[in-house]
Amino acid sequence: MNLVPRTLALLRGDPRADRVVPPTGFTAHLTVFTAAAMAFLAVFALALSLASARLADRWGEALAQSATIRISAPADQLAVQTAAVLRVLEETPGVVSARQLDDAEQARLLEPFFGPDLPIGSLPLPRLVEVVEGRPGYDGEGLRLRLRAEAPGAVLDDHSRWRRPLVAAAERLNRLGLAAIGLISLAMAAMITLAANAALSANAQVIGVLRLVGARDAYVARAFVRRFTLRALAGAAAGTGAGMAAVALLPPAGEGAGFLTGLGFRGAGWLAPLLIPPVAGVVAFWATRAAAFRALREVT
Amino acid sequence: MIELRDVSYSYGGEALLRDLSLDLGPGSFHFLTGPSGSGKTTLLKLMYLELAATGGTVEVFGRDAAGLGRDDIAMVRRRIGIVHQDCRFLDHLPVRDNIALPLDTAGQERQGHQGELDELLSWVGLRPRADATPPELSGGERQRAALARALILSPDVILADEPTGNLDWEMSLRLLTLLVELNRLGKAILIATHDLNLIRQAKAQVAARVIRIRSGRLEMAGADL
Ligand SMILES: Nc1ncnc2c1ncn2[C@@H]1O[C@H](COP(=O)(O)OP(=O)(O)OP(=O)(O)O)[C@@H](O)[C@H]1O
Ligand SMILES: [Mg+2]
Repeated sequence: MNLVPRTLALLRGDPRADRVVPPTGFTAHLTVFTAAAMAFLAVFALALSLASARLADRWGEALAQSATIRISAPADQLAVQTAAVLRVLEETPGVVSARQLDDAEQARLLEPFFGPDLPIGSLPLPRLVEVVEGRPGYDGEGLRLRLRAEAPGAVLDDHSRWRRPLVAAAERLNRLGLAAIGLISLAMAAMITLAANAALSANAQVIGVLRLVGARDAYVARAFVRRFTLRALAGAAAGTGAGMAAVALLPPAGEGAGFLTGLGFRGAGWLAPLLIPPVAGVVAFWATRAAAFRALREVT
Repeated sequence: MIELRDVSYSYGGEALLRDLSLDLGPGSFHFLTGPSGSGKTTLLKLMYLELAATGGTVEVFGRDAAGLGRDDIAMVRRRIGIVHQDCRFLDHLPVRDNIALPLDTAGQERQGHQGELDELLSWVGLRPRADATPPELSGGERQRAALARALILSPDVILADEPTGNLDWEMSLRLLTLLVELNRLGKAILIATHDLNLIRQAKAQVAARVIRIRSGRLEMAGADL
């Protein structure tokens, strides 16, 4: 069974088979409206989810290499203290790796401020050790205490660690967005099931006649399934369009506002909401099909 | 083509039909009589598998009805022309489409059957009413339309429940002639009716057997018919 041709055949339909079920006025409008409203909401849930994923990524990356340890000590102690710092870091849970920056790297860091010809070797510059943090992270205060005892010249600079709870929050937001999309799909399935059940029981006579003259269950179900699938597709397309327009027209909050600037779609992200109408179609297809076969069990 | 062996049926309480045996072979012609409420319609429903026997076996086209799935039942019904006692149409579609409905549900192109469709409409005298919807028809017109629908797939068996109940004598004879004609082509025919004149008329034309349901059992009707 080949899904694509079957789907296309379903959508193209057989006008004569369609007419065997009389038009079902209010359930039709209910389905279109529900699909549109749900798709509209889904666009926002999707935007939220994508934006928070982006935020978590961006902040997470900045975090990964954010901590540095600066060691300032008299020249004769610098190497000893640096070694001590590296040893401490090696023993600290939550530290993935630690690495001393070499002269060339330090020169590159300073270049923007002092130009390329800085005589690194002759300056009493602090040594820098880059700390890559794992998950869960290390205990900042504990590390500080140990460093003070074993390498008094070392200063842990972890100013961007405060973002860590924000990253966690952004990740949670991302999952909430996805959960919202799941709930929206379920709610739509439920609404379409209700509408389909209403249409099916309003047409119990029709179904009885069709079975009487030798229609197979699939034929009867198709007449309903096609209808509801098309309505859900149309409604969801309208709702998605409106939702995307609304997201595109969100007033820009300016780069400084952080989170709100991020709500919306970026680049290829604009393609994601285009999945909503087909998903709505698939949901409607299965919801109606299940309802139809359930109703058919009452008819011999 | 349809064979009942020791079939019983009950709607829940006492058995309505008990140990009935009946064989509708090719070319057979049966009339089914019995008082109102004796179970004629029920017996027909057992034959076209709307009801399942509570005892005994129903065999359709050589297969035990108890073993048939829903799609098998649909296939069986395409070979049985059913005239339901209260007709049962799709009220929103014109008569023409209702008569052609079995073609549509069987997935057959209507084009190929246009001739038969027109011929049937003429035979049952509904050509001028072909574009009306069933609720706009008289009781007799509905019965004629139901018969036309039952015949469109040229079924092997025709089960008609009171097909002439609302018809005048002339139209009844006309339908009888059609059924006798089909019977000569080898179709098995069973007509449930109270109309003794119709039975007499038929017996003059074909070797029709008359069976009667009395207190849940089948008996052959006497020679007075
Ligand atoms: N779905 C049902 N549930 C319970 N009882 C039923 C049902 N259908 C029919 N009956 C009962 O079964 C009996 C036989 O009904 P049936 O329709 O077979 O009679 P019939 O011989 O066709 O009568 P008529 O000549 O009036 O059409 C009747 O007493 C009827 O009330
Ligand atoms: Mg009856």
